[in-house]
Amino acid sequence: MREITYAEAIREALRQEMQRDPHVFLMGEDIGVYGGAFGVTLGLLEEFGPERVRDTPISEGVIAGAAAGAALTGMRPVAEIMFMDFTTLAMEQLVNQAAKTRYMFGGKAKVPMVLRTPAGSGTGAAAQHSQSLEAWFVHVPGLKVVMPSTPYDAKGLLISAIRDDNPVIFVEQKLLYRTKGPVPEEPYTVPLSVAEVKRAGRDVTIIATGVMVVRSLAAAAKLAQEGIEVEVVDPRTLKPYDAETITKSVIKTGRVLIVHEAYKTCGFGAEIAAMISEGPAFMYLNAPIRRLAGLDIPIPYNRTLEYHAVPQEENIITAVRELMAYK
Amino acid sequence: MDGAGQLTKEKLIDMLRKMHTIRAFEEKADQLFALGKVHGTMHLSIGMEATAVGAIAALRPDDYITSTHRGHGHCIAKGGDVKLMMAEFLGKETGYCRGRGGSMHIADVESGNLGATGVVGGGIPTAVGAALSVQLRKTGQVVLCFFGDGAANMGIFHESLNLAAIWKLPVVFVCENNQYAMSMPVARAFPIENIADRAAAYAMPGKVVDGNDVLAVYAAVAEAVDRARAGEGPSLIECKTYRWKGHSKSDQERYRTREEVAAWKKKDPIARFEAYLLQEGLLTEEQRQAIAKEAQERIEEAVAFAESSPEPRVEEISEGVYA
Ligand SMILES: Cc1ncc(C[n+]2csc(CCOP(=O)(O)OP(=O)(O)O)c2C)c(N)n1
Ligand SMILES: [Mg+2]
Repeated sequence: MREITYAEAIREALRQEMQRDPHVFLMGEDIGVYGGAFGVTLGLLEEFGPERVRDTPISEGVIAGAAAGAALTGMRPVAEIMFMDFTTLAMEQLVNQAAKTRYMFGGKAKVPMVLRTPAGSGTGAAAQHSQSLEAWFVHVPGLKVVMPSTPYDAKGLLISAIRDDNPVIFVEQKLLYRTKGPVPEEPYTVPLSVAEVKRAGRDVTIIATGVMVVRSLAAAAKLAQEGIEVEVVDPRTLKPYDAETITKSVIKTGRVLIVHEAYKTCGFGAEIAAMISEGPAFMYLNAPIRRLAGLDIPIPYNRTLEYHAVPQEENIITAVRELMAYK
Repeated sequence: MDGAGQLTKEKLIDMLRKMHTIRAFEEKADQLFALGKVHGTMHLSIGMEATAVGAIAALRPDDYITSTHRGHGHCIAKGGDVKLMMAEFLGKETGYCRGRGGSMHIADVESGNLGATGVVGGGIPTAVGAALSVQLRKTGQVVLCFFGDGAANMGIFHESLNLAAIWKLPVVFVCENNQYAMSMPVARAFPIENIADRAAAYAMPGKVVDGNDVLAVYAAVAEAVDRARAGEGPSLIECKTYRWKGHSKSDQERYRTREEVAAWKKKDPIARFEAYLLQEGLLTEEQRQAIAKEAQERIEEAVAFAESSPEPRVEEISEGVYA
């Protein structure tokens, strides 16, 4: 199969959905000639024109809020917030307006919008351009949260997100934009709320999100050489998430490592650990549930500090070995 | 150029020196980037030196400023130490922010620079709050708030100007209109000709100045500072200028033409100020060359200091989150 990058896969999903459905349109800062800060929307302005690829002023609140308003009245907007850090400025519109509309109005309205935003550290962009704030959105009923780790998933999940009738926060990974993988040329969907076992194994279950899936798979390949077989589960959708696939895996392995880049305290991993503890897999655990996450600090600028602020492959390897010490 | 009337020759020369220092710092920053010595991003204000220097020249040393992502010039104009700036740029422990902040977050709280924020418009309410503090503490200080044209379309811009106006806070809003917010030209982002016109909505003076004329910037800001210090409230000043370089390191500049950039380069604020000073007999050609050379030497020293400085220690990574 043809290989394309994560960024190209997202662009292809946008293009194909815009071709299929005239209600789909894009808006955000510098998404036109500039192609977005990471070049994801390059060429779409030329193809679809300025009415459907709309550059906005720097106004995150109205980008999110107007997307919700347009969605409420029959359009399918895909809004872009240039860095996840700036979703903080769109929070009111997403959390109080977009997320609540359907339930609050007795199920008589719907808000089929997508908000795309790149997250993560590793680019030297420091404290205000490096955050992973997905857990904030996971906390809000009415929002869906998607976080792909491969080009294949990025395309299929984005198409599903656009076709979904709810507000979806689509969290992209800066560090994955240039990674390549096989992606079918024709449109296809990857269902929301379905996890995927990215590697099968019997000894330890790693539940990882986003760029940490890639690091976990790299760690798993090395650990296999020591005879440790790691199973890597990627939830792909963080809200509503697929508890069943995770539970099944934990029952099989009895050891759990949860890895994400976001802060540890009240991160997505806390939810997963709690879900496992409350559920049928708890009785099968051979070791305490372990979380590897970003340190509870703003992302530092210095390259070495930045590296140590979030989990790396070697930290994952060490944590798995420690879990294996429990018999 | 006029407005130099109230300024001593020493002050004028100091202003020129600062403009050269900013230019030299940023040209060096650009070069270090190209050499791959910097990890991350940066925003250069080359071509905009007159706004930072002209505006800050109207302040007392104890006055405050808030800065932006394009803040090297503000820091230098406020009296910042280029060694500590360069060390921060290279992520060193000796930098202004111990290598934690980087180019986009330089703060020099001791000199009254309340810091650069990477969030567009994020510093505007900070300036309003500092001005409120000044009013409550009755210190007679003034706060100068820098922001770009793009920031004037953030909701917080409007909230901030309104609050400052109703409470008559001693803050001067200085909009550095460099014609673009990333790729977005002001003509597409605003339905009005002048951002300064928005002052009318908040019943404060709004003034447009040639942002490449350091003395015009000085004169307009000085008037607004006097007003603020006298307790008469805020003002909005729009400095029309231009950034010569791309928005940040990764800009392909597909949204503007080379001709446009070249035309603005002819309006170089440094060359223009020098021509004025030479013509008025306030500067000799020899002095001019010496000032430019000295600025470059200071930057070379700063690089040497930064490069020989230690890296932050990983063991201290979690330090400093809380007071
Ligand atoms: C709230 C927010 N939205 C988007 C960005 C990304 N961004 C950084 S600078 C910039 C353009 C800012 O334009 P302007 O205020 O005119 O300042 P300039 O860069 O021209 O100096 C953008 C969109 C940001 N940093 N903060
Ligand atoms: Mg601008």
